[in-house]
Amino acid sequence: MPMGTFDFYANVLIPALNHGLWISVKIIVPSSLLGIAIGILVGAGRALGNAWLTRVLNAYVALFRGTPLVVQLMMWFYGLPSLSLWLEKNFGPGAAPVADLFRLSPYAASVIAFAMCSGAYQSEYIRGALLSIKRGQFLAALSLGFTKSQAFWSVTLPVALRRALPGCGNEIVYLIKYSSLAMLVTMNELTGETKAIASLYFRHLECYLLTALYYLALVTLATVFLRRLEKALSVPGERID
Amino acid sequence: MRTPSSPPPPGPLLNVVGVSKSLGGKLLLDRVSLSLNRGELKVLIGPSGGGKSTLLQCIHFLLAPDEGDVFLDGVSAREMGKKNIRSFRQEIGMIFQDFNLFDHLSAQNNVAIALRRVKKIPKKEALERARLELRRVGLSGKEELYPAQLSGGQKQRVSIARALAMDPKIMLLDEPTSALDPELIGEVLNVIQDLSEGGMTMLMVTHQVGFASHLTEEILFMENGRITESGPPALLLGEASRSRTYEFCSKFMEISGRDPAAARPSSK
Repeated sequence: MPMGTFDFYANVLIPALNHGLWISVKIIVPSSLLGIAIGILVGAGRALGNAWLTRVLNAYVALFRGTPLVVQLMMWFYGLPSLSLWLEKNFGPGAAPVADLFRLSPYAASVIAFAMCSGAYQSEYIRGALLSIKRGQFLAALSLGFTKSQAFWSVTLPVALRRALPGCGNEIVYLIKYSSLAMLVTMNELTGETKAIASLYFRHLECYLLTALYYLALVTLATVFLRRLEKALSVPGERID
Repeated sequence: MRTPSSPPPPGPLLNVVGVSKSLGGKLLLDRVSLSLNRGELKVLIGPSGGGKSTLLQCIHFLLAPDEGDVFLDGVSAREMGKKNIRSFRQEIGMIFQDFNLFDHLSAQNNVAIALRRVKKIPKKEALERARLELRRVGLSGKEELYPAQLSGGQKQRVSIARALAMDPKIMLLDEPTSALDPELIGEVLNVIQDLSEGGMTMLMVTHQVGFASHLTEEILFMENGRITESGPPALLLGEASRSRTYEFCSKFMEISGRDPAAARPSSK
């Protein structure tokens, strides 16, 4: 199948990569938002919760930071259905509604895996920021008659999030790149598409180089956006570098 | 809110009765009692670690005392229970040594946020009230500045405005000038003096003995979790008194080269 270089780029590679890019974005955006939400809740729980809550959340973070993301992804997608089989075998057809919950689509498995892993890391940044804020501001809010949760949401958290933002942004940059692992659970995202085309046409160098540029563009875009966000949220008089 | 038709109940405005508090196995407050009448300013002095800050936090029920109770206008804090303690707190303004302004809010919003969140006052009104309170402490024109853009003295005045906006019946001041550069102390003391002369009831922890002795009728000396001496400044700070208070204060005065009995506040 002889094909000109221009034809290859214009009619094969670039359309495939654009399609993959779209899938990647559909994975990255919800996973990173979910990851931040998990990070805030878990980070707050670890910084301010009681001993038991802290222990449970610490275990979550230890598990998801301590094991390879690939292994986690495989568990979500290939591991959980085994649980479904076991449930149906032992509890009969009545267990089907529960068992079905464990059969994740490739997309769901990817988003859940990335969000859970990202959330564990994000919670570290949030927890650190919360602990760095002097208890004084919280006390001052209580002394004015705030409830503890009002004081947390309107005083401690807004200050902490600003402090955590650079770290959280860094984690999002990581997430953009590790989203490529979704190809292992049959997602035709950016890297998956590239691999297919590269193998089919045996043009690995060009394909992967161009893919690298796509990721670079995504990361650059995210970095610019995060910088703007940091600037927009910065408090006058406080330095950001 | 009290109307003119209902006269205040007789007796002291603030009554602290036998308050004890232990933290981490250490007894920080040992059956402390004191009372303040309406419009009165009392000064609490003593060595660090003596329990002064703990006492203020217990009066405010930011720390619940292990024993004893606090009465404000005859109302028991203990009987308010966990749910209503917030309305008790609203009536007591607290000023902290290191200001504790909300870093992410402008001066005006620092004052307005409690009005909005706690008193549920609409935004526009709250901001207007905040502007008035800032003017009262001499900060007109600084409304839009953030804590990081203010000097220490200005920050402390914002925190005073923030407390005043809640219409407290009494103010507790925990070393309000200790974190300030010497040249900034005066502006904060002037505000406190104005408040006191305006009839605000205040309990103030301070090492500004000279200033304090000019404004107060009674000095309370606190050490090892107890109020060990109390009396009018002229008496306690006289060398002849041989009081622990005199001994303690003279150490402070040695630094500034003044005699505690002769100490007078800086001119206004």
